[in-house]
Amino acid sequence: MTALRYVYAVCRPLTAPLQAELRGVAGAPARQLEHHGLIAVVSQVPDSDFSEEALRTRLEDMDWLTATARAHQNVIDALTGVTTPLPLRMATVFRDDSAVRVMMEKREDAFRHALDRLDGRVEWGVKIFMENTDGEGGGDGGEDTGARTGSAAPKAMSGRDYLRQRRMRTTAREEQWRQVEEFARRLHESLSAQAEDSRLHAPQNPQLSGAAGRNVLNAAYLVPRARSEEFVTLVDRTKDDTPGIRVELTGPWAAYSFTGLAEESAGEPT
Amino acid sequence: MTTPARLPDPYGAPAAGANLADILERVLDKGIVIAGDIKINLLDIELLTIKLRLVVASVDKAKEMGIDWWEDDPALSSRARRQELRRENAELRARLERLEGGTHGEEQELVEGAAPRTPRREESP
Repeated sequence: MTALRYVYAVCRPLTAPLQAELRGVAGAPARQLEHHGLIAVVSQVPDSDFSEEALRTRLEDMDWLTATARAHQNVIDALTGVTTPLPLRMATVFRDDSAVRVMMEKREDAFRHALDRLDGRVEWGVKIFMENTDGEGGGDGGEDTGARTGSAAPKAMSGRDYLRQRRMRTTAREEQWRQVEEFARRLHESLSAQAEDSRLHAPQNPQLSGAAGRNVLNAAYLVPRARSEEFVTLVDRTKDDTPGIRVELTGPWAAYSFTGLAEESAGEPT
Repeated sequence: MTTPARLPDPYGAPAAGANLADILERVLDKGIVIAGDIKINLLDIELLTIKLRLVVASVDKAKEMGIDWWEDDPALSSRARRQELRRENAELRARLERLEGGTHGEEQELVEGAAPRTPRREESP
């Protein structure tokens, strides 16, 4: 079995040591690889999991994907505690140390540039959820039952009444949407004003996040550490402001959404 | 000191309150993309894993909404909403036809109880 090099992040040489016990993917210890005044944080991974063929299968395995993603994030978190890391995408793997050095040398300028730009900044995630208030589901099932039992009260099921009911419900939903959009717009505006930069991400799937309600805003904000307390306070103040709307804050993250180096192969949806 | 525990102090505790979707979203979708020695077509996997499992509830839902409806600023939902309205309109029209002009199928039983035989006329009390 050959050992490959898994690279988590690139950063400046650490002034504080890494936790001695810091473990990465597959439980292997993370270590620093220095090249030209930058370091790559790497660990060894077996090619039984990380060869091209193995990896393709592994990445489709939700349990493996979850464990690996958490291990990756665990290392990034530890680094975020002591420096400003440039996080690489999960499963960036090289044959050996010298291949990692070649990669670092090739991208040295871009790395330095990004590190300068992001130095002392962290990313905060803010999500807005619209809580489910129309507990009536799709509606059709309910209507039909209503119609059948409704032969005793025939008036309720005239087409006109049906339409009126439907319209009222649609109007209520419209109104709720309008409120949530307005709320999201205003919050995003005031948070953007506090942040150096922001990104809007796609809303999350509730099945995976386990979060209740519908995710209508999923944003990331780049904030200097020194101003993070203000930022958090600002978000906290909006919580519980409006019934039916929930605000969630995550962070501080490494500046994942702001490296400016991820675009080169950003996936097109179609 | 009243600093909340999750504030960066001095550099910050691990990201608090993050769920799996938050982590996958960043680790898989937002990290710096560098072609390593191990070439995998993450685009394929992204489409399966990220776009379908993480981002949208189902393929049908994605198609219905247009997969990028959320990308336009926080005016997030307008397209999806328009489509929902259009769908609902069509549904209503069909429903109305069945209710007020229906002459066959299960709907007729419903109308029978409610109105005189002549299907076209509006029932009047």
